[in-house]
Amino acid sequence: MDLKRSIFITIIVAFLYSIVILIGKDTTQPLIILTSMIATTISVATPLTLGALCGTFCERSGVTNIGIEGMMLSAAFFGWLTSIYLNTIYHVTPLPSLLIGVFVAILTGGLLGLLHAWLSVTFKVDQIISGTVINILATGVTGFLNRQLFFEKGSIFGGNVPHAPGTLPIIAIPGLSQIPVFGKVFEQQPIAWTAIILVFVANFVLFRTRWGLRTRAVGEHPRAADTVGINVSFMRYINVIIGGCLAGLGGAYFTLESVPSFEPLMTNGRGFISLAAMIFGNWTPLGAWAAALVFGAAQAFQINLQFFRDLIPPQWAFLQQSYIVGLTPYILTMIILAGLIGRTTSPAADGTPYEK
Amino acid sequence: MDTVLEVKGITKKFPGVLANDHVDFNLRKGEIHALLGENGAGKSTLMNIIYGLTSPDDGEILINGKATHFHSPKDAIACGIGMVHQHFMLVPVFTVAENIMLGSEKLRNGVLDIVQVNKDLKELSTQYGLEIDPTSLVHDLPVGIQQRVEIIKALYRKAEILILDEPTAVLTPQEVEDLFIIIRKLVDQGISVIFITHKLKEVLSIADRITVMRGGKVIATDDPKQTNEQALASQMVGRTVILKVDKTPAKPGDVVLSVKDLHVQDDRKIETVRGVSFEVRKGEILGIAGVQGNGQTELAEAMTGLRHAISGEIRIQDQNVFNHPPRDLVEKGMGHIPEDRQKHGFVMQYPISDNLVLCSYYVSPFCRRGVLQNSAIGTNAENLIKRFDIRTPSPYVPTSKLSGGNQQKVIVARELSRNIKFLVANQPTRGLDVGSIEYIHHEIVQMRDEGIGVVLISAELDEIMALSDRIAVMYHGEIVAILPADKVTREELGLMMAGSLKPEVSTI
Repeated sequence: MDLKRSIFITIIVAFLYSIVILIGKDTTQPLIILTSMIATTISVATPLTLGALCGTFCERSGVTNIGIEGMMLSAAFFGWLTSIYLNTIYHVTPLPSLLIGVFVAILTGGLLGLLHAWLSVTFKVDQIISGTVINILATGVTGFLNRQLFFEKGSIFGGNVPHAPGTLPIIAIPGLSQIPVFGKVFEQQPIAWTAIILVFVANFVLFRTRWGLRTRAVGEHPRAADTVGINVSFMRYINVIIGGCLAGLGGAYFTLESVPSFEPLMTNGRGFISLAAMIFGNWTPLGAWAAALVFGAAQAFQINLQFFRDLIPPQWAFLQQSYIVGLTPYILTMIILAGLIGRTTSPAADGTPYEK
Repeated sequence: MDTVLEVKGITKKFPGVLANDHVDFNLRKGEIHALLGENGAGKSTLMNIIYGLTSPDDGEILINGKATHFHSPKDAIACGIGMVHQHFMLVPVFTVAENIMLGSEKLRNGVLDIVQVNKDLKELSTQYGLEIDPTSLVHDLPVGIQQRVEIIKALYRKAEILILDEPTAVLTPQEVEDLFIIIRKLVDQGISVIFITHKLKEVLSIADRITVMRGGKVIATDDPKQTNEQALASQMVGRTVILKVDKTPAKPGDVVLSVKDLHVQDDRKIETVRGVSFEVRKGEILGIAGVQGNGQTELAEAMTGLRHAISGEIRIQDQNVFNHPPRDLVEKGMGHIPEDRQKHGFVMQYPISDNLVLCSYYVSPFCRRGVLQNSAIGTNAENLIKRFDIRTPSPYVPTSKLSGGNQQKVIVARELSRNIKFLVANQPTRGLDVGSIEYIHHEIVQMRDEGIGVVLISAELDEIMALSDRIAVMYHGEIVAILPADKVTREELGLMMAGSLKPEVSTI
């Protein structure tokens, strides 16, 4: 992450946080608002971080993946479906239901990764088309099954959405979470913690291990890798599947960690924002995480501002319109993708099928 | 001497071509064996088979007398074969060390052991006299050094047989000298080298034995002491080739193109053309000699309207065309054979017929009232294909499907068939085989005789010497001398190109 982008990130985050603190300071202590903002930022950045990691693995190996959105949506649905099934039909207790749900979500992502690799590596289908196929498939299948299983008469759940087993429990870091007020930041749910750990694992794998070196070589100059005996297709397959699993975990966040329910299209463009984060982070895990946190801050801005809606001064009345505030992450995406904040370079062979 | 590698009866068919037809070839320990042949003679196919990239339909490979089968380069590498490809197989954004260890990484507790690799590289460097900084990024290195990285990459894998595929195609004359020194050093250490090329001079100066291939077959294996360029060229092409360009003294007419005090910057905003002035007359060839990267590219781009110059003057006859757009220059009589034909010469995916009218598609007879006249374009293509002997199954195949020589002929045909006053030919024969070079040289001389002024930019000293009537030497963005071609020797030119000889007669 270069200086220009680091400064941009700092300014945006500071700006968004200050507005909320300024508006809310009359009724709430600034430190409490700041804590809440940071905690929300970390939490809502989770799917973006995981999505961006998915993109990083895929694209570093030379496969463009615009199907992250679809992978997340499918994973969110099937993970949730599994946990509800286990909980209501087989009477499994909530926590195991949720954990198995998370596992199924990862599996769903991995399988869609396999599909993407199959189409784009084996059949050399245009990778944008392959990704679009996954997105359309995900929208269709989850929407259809959601209606059929829960809202059709005579379906398993008989037209009633059953009581979900809740969400994953909060894990507080001992010691740090005992800090007065600010300790709240260190109380997050398991997928959020896992995402942060995975950022560092991914960074280590990509830049310090043999697997990473070969992955990057395959994404930059596949023929060079081939001439030293590296199996290009195999590397791409596995990396896209790893990416799929990461997106799957990101999908689980929506229905098993954030809220205990599923709605059609609930990923709401997060997969695409992840791609923007990956690009802004220059295809590195740490950079992608930093970028995901900026988008997280934009969402935290929207969420936290709601608490202080009545305190918004009349000259800032437009901030009361939630649909305007809700645009922040998308406007940020546009600014970043337009390349206004420094251009980044994609892996040289990104999106190009390898022809022997 | 022991034979380290022997192939017997190698046959390989590709759809429509017999790329290798019962090829026999052997390599002795510690020798430099040159493999000579035109593009498409089957050299690369043979080497790809030896390196395990392709498998032969028939025939066998013996390494140190033992029959072997390669399924992938991995097997070949394990047998001590290393290959330096014509297009380097290096990852530009990786460091030298990362590139060299890729595929045979050293690990320590599961983590890449860069320290160990750097140490190994230092040892290799001293053993073979190949200096290299393992921590520099490959894309920052000049081409000659990148090639060195490729050689070290092979040695790092304990290669005893080194295949060099057209290693001099991308090098400057100085770098070629350096490469030859390195190759001789490797051979002294017991490495055996297969040297693939189509350049006759090089072969004669470096090889211990020369095998000539043509049309997928081995034609002969010669001793360089008992053959010469003429004989090799005839073996390569299959007919008598006139290597020396046949031309009469020039009859220069009026000045057609004049460049005065031209200053141009490159993409990095560094001034690479610094006050260049020269004139070209009708019916003469002005050769611009110089080691690559001394401003020739930017000079050519500025002359042809592809790059904005900072200051100076460019005139076609009496009209000032400084920084005019290319179309205006084309309409005023400029012809251009660009340095990178695939990038600036034509549109790869277009059919030949469309590429042949790229400069004139918008005027009659190719266009009427804004609609392209396909029949006129087709007829034009058929005529030019016949006249310039472009080898193609049809005028409508994508130009990308043609061989390099035929692609260049498409450009030559388009430029020379127009009514031009002067021609800027930048590296017009780069990467072409002897037959095509002969053809293009002949065409350029003929254009001159018809009264066209030619600016020939080339890094090949032989080409400059053979074609030019006057020679301008470019060094560090300046023209250090303009000399009549018959009053200067190869050696003098070489020294001037290296900046070490300041000529007494500076201009005529």
